[in-house]
Amino acid sequence: MPVNGKVVAAYGNMVTASFDESVRQNEVAYILTADGSRLKSEVIRVRGNLCNAQVFEDTEGIKVGDHVEFTGDLLIVELGPGLLKQIYDGLQNPLPKLAERTGLFLKRGIYIESLDRSVKWDFTPEAKVGDQIQAGDILGWVPEGKFKHQIFVPFSFIGRAEIVKMAEPGSYTVEETVAEVRDEFGKTTALNMFQRWPIKIPLRHYEERLLPVDPLVTGCRIVDSFYPVAKGGTACIPGPFGSGKTVLQQLISRYADVDIIIVAACGERAGEVVETLREFPHLQDPYSEGRTLIERTVIICNTSSMPVAAREASIYTAITIGEYYRQMGLHVLLLADSTSRWAQALREMSGRLEEIPGEEAFPAYLQSRIAEFYERACCVRLKSGKIGSVSVIGTVSPAGGNFEEPVTQGTLAVVGAFHGLTWARSNARRFPAIDPLISWSKYLEQMAEKLDKIAPDWVAKIKAAQKIIFEGNEVRKRMDVVGEEGTSLADFILTLKAEFLDAVYLQQNAFDKVDAYNTMERQAYSFDKVFNLMHKEIKAKDKDDARNIFFRLTSLFKNWNSSVWESDDFKRFEGQINSFIAG
Amino acid sequence: MRQIITKIDEITGNIATLKSAGVGLKELAVIESPGRTTLGQVISLNGENVTLQVFGGTKGLSTKDQVRFLGHPMRVKYGESLLGRIFNGSGVPIDGGPEPVEEDIPIGGPSFNPANRIIPKQMIRTNIPMIDLFNSLVVSQKLPIFSIPGEPYNQLLARVGMQAEADIIILGAMGLKFDDFTFFRRTFDASGVMNRVIMFVHLASDPVVECLLVPDMALAAAERFAEAGKRVLVLLTDMTNFADSMKEISISMEQIPSNRGYPGDLYSQLASRYEKAVDIGGMGSITILAVTTMPGDDVTHPIPDNTGYITEGQFYLRHGVIDPFGSLSRLKQNVVSKVTRKDHNDIMNTMIRLYSDCRESRNKIAMGFKVSRWDETLLAYGDDFQKEMMDLNVNMSIEAALDKCWEILAKHFEPMQTGLKDQLVAEFWPKK
Repeated sequence: MPVNGKVVAAYGNMVTASFDESVRQNEVAYILTADGSRLKSEVIRVRGNLCNAQVFEDTEGIKVGDHVEFTGDLLIVELGPGLLKQIYDGLQNPLPKLAERTGLFLKRGIYIESLDRSVKWDFTPEAKVGDQIQAGDILGWVPEGKFKHQIFVPFSFIGRAEIVKMAEPGSYTVEETVAEVRDEFGKTTALNMFQRWPIKIPLRHYEERLLPVDPLVTGCRIVDSFYPVAKGGTACIPGPFGSGKTVLQQLISRYADVDIIIVAACGERAGEVVETLREFPHLQDPYSEGRTLIERTVIICNTSSMPVAAREASIYTAITIGEYYRQMGLHVLLLADSTSRWAQALREMSGRLEEIPGEEAFPAYLQSRIAEFYERACCVRLKSGKIGSVSVIGTVSPAGGNFEEPVTQGTLAVVGAFHGLTWARSNARRFPAIDPLISWSKYLEQMAEKLDKIAPDWVAKIKAAQKIIFEGNEVRKRMDVVGEEGTSLADFILTLKAEFLDAVYLQQNAFDKVDAYNTMERQAYSFDKVFNLMHKEIKAKDKDDARNIFFRLTSLFKNWNSSVWESDDFKRFEGQINSFIAG
Repeated sequence: MRQIITKIDEITGNIATLKSAGVGLKELAVIESPGRTTLGQVISLNGENVTLQVFGGTKGLSTKDQVRFLGHPMRVKYGESLLGRIFNGSGVPIDGGPEPVEEDIPIGGPSFNPANRIIPKQMIRTNIPMIDLFNSLVVSQKLPIFSIPGEPYNQLLARVGMQAEADIIILGAMGLKFDDFTFFRRTFDASGVMNRVIMFVHLASDPVVECLLVPDMALAAAERFAEAGKRVLVLLTDMTNFADSMKEISISMEQIPSNRGYPGDLYSQLASRYEKAVDIGGMGSITILAVTTMPGDDVTHPIPDNTGYITEGQFYLRHGVIDPFGSLSRLKQNVVSKVTRKDHNDIMNTMIRLYSDCRESRNKIAMGFKVSRWDETLLAYGDDFQKEMMDLNVNMSIEAALDKCWEILAKHFEPMQTGLKDQLVAEFWPKK
């Protein structure tokens, strides 16, 4: 029996409602407006017999006295086969289906089942009658693309039970019963292939949380070699507008060597999602022959012009779906673009609740919310013994490109890697504009054992290369003061070397088919060549001569970078490079 | 007939509060003072208290003025007869013509479903090389022109309006000086495009809050024209005034400001307008070009900063030229070397990189250092680049501009020094 209430005040997307019995914090309530719309909202504060609810829709036309229906359920997502390839809004409504229903524009108050109820899945049972089960145990599996999508006993299942009936292998919809279980009190429950889980509560049905030590290869040289991310780790990419956050995220979403990618477009431009949306169905999955990228992707799309409160929810929707696939022993990468917009949604609500503001009017609990979210990324050993992980790479859009602001600082305090994008680099067209002078990764040390398998002394060499970048920068700064003529030839060559390392290794052309993505094998191969040059004595007559030598080298390497791995061109340029170095 | 309220309880800034029942959020009200009628919109409800944002301003408003609720939110007229017409910030014609009789459409409608969007792949030619070649404008793009007061941004806007390929041009002006208003009107008249222009003009002398409706009206009309298959170009000037009006309202509402007094939802508010830019597959499109003057030439000011995160790039107008460094068109990658010539991408990057190097050489000179031979080459190149490309008076097609670039490169450099790929050099490097 739902609890009823009435609207007593409304401002922006916040409604204050009275209620007659009891409400739960964070429960979902519907506001019934005069024009017949049912607007979804979430209770975010309770005071006496009044509660505040943030409305996930346009609040136009809400009147004092409108009926409110409290559901008693927290905000949930549906988990089951059919999540992959989907494009959801922040509340997990499938956008293409909404388009069929409402045309070109979104319409408020329309909610569609997240998982298609009509699709049949080929179910293979693994559990059998008589098995003792509890929450998170595996009943069987269905094929979803290239994955064995496991069907679990709902994670919200309480206590232990015995299977009394098990479905035969065959095809079932997500709603059809695949198992019947009886608990110790003799109550039977029918289980089907999908379940619901509240998005703000982490799924914790694993044996043990592990230290992330396996590298997550993104194909981006500066990330993988210099500031790597671990599977199950976290990274933060802050950058002012125009510094290339989105291009970098898109590249990672294409080439990252994980099983599943979840793209959460949170309060960003719709146009950016569209590229993913339209191109992924045609792009080849680099890790499985004959499949397209969309088959390993879930898109959560709550763009900037869509309701703000749903933006706040979208991040949680995304990570919950990630955790669900992790339970199958898969490696998931969540790309959240951008967490600043999510923080701003918190700020808007906090302002309407008239809470005492913290720095830049962000709520005082901002830091703890950020930490809570990133801590949901993890690498775990499941009950089945398999390893699964959820990694999170979140972009931050700092106001004015100033990294001192609360969201960037709050994020840096909890992530394992920092890829700072700067205007200095993007204006000089040095892409990806990850600034090697400010970025860092804790995973370089943490994964040292695994990384050194790429090539002997990998970590030590990377650190040496990082040092060259710093030294080159020091000399360069000095040169800005004393001029080229006041710099010794040796120092000058050092800046050229640092510049060369930057130009041919750290920079990468995202729009060149070949250069856009480097396997770890290729990275190791070309890093070795670059690294040897760093330690080679360059015999130059004067500064102009030295400059010309590096011009020539840079040009050769760039051509080499854009030649297909081990192709004729590749070998030809490599030959030229070798003979140039020798001569 | 709805009840008429004759008692206003509270007047602060541009906000008035009164008691009424059965009123919905965003509903419109007419406030009648002796000799004056103005519109107000419901922005908050609390029990029986209704708070109105008064578009005409509250100056002279009396607590006994009559308030009548209309039962619907703000609307704008839509139809072919709007073409060539000029309206004020409340949608009333100010060109002396009759009130249009066509249909009323709601403003500030819902968001376009992202699943219906397509990847924009058509370039809009403007024949300005700094736009076409270096930061191509693409159908359905939203781009601000970042500028400071005193720069010829309205001139640039008008020129793009006249030269760009579009069926309908909608100008939304906020806080426009009378002189600039006259300039737009004359320019559009003189160039013969006025019959496909609609102007929504809020003049600098009009009540401040009235400008809040201008972008919504302009974009609501644009949206309908786009659905009807028209390619619409929306020109907005100046969005800073729009944001400042929002600041005024939110402060009057005693909202906690987030950054320099601006409301915490500045980003969402701006985004809901800019995101109206769209390419409706098989139908029309909306492209938005909006002037944003940067207070104190500070790009980190909340208005340009939030704008930059929303729009797909930006043009910096500085010292009368479009600055090649900060300026960016994010969508250019969809067209560069795809619908344009294959050398476009590499030329674009090489020219800018070399110009950036040239700037460093200039700094060296400024600091009194000796210049190397390489510096001298760069300096000569930079001068040519400014003269032949950056000058806003340069008017040529993108193909002509590309040829010009090869010519400039060949004049100053050896192919190797440019870092251009051998393949392109072989095909395009001018033969001596």
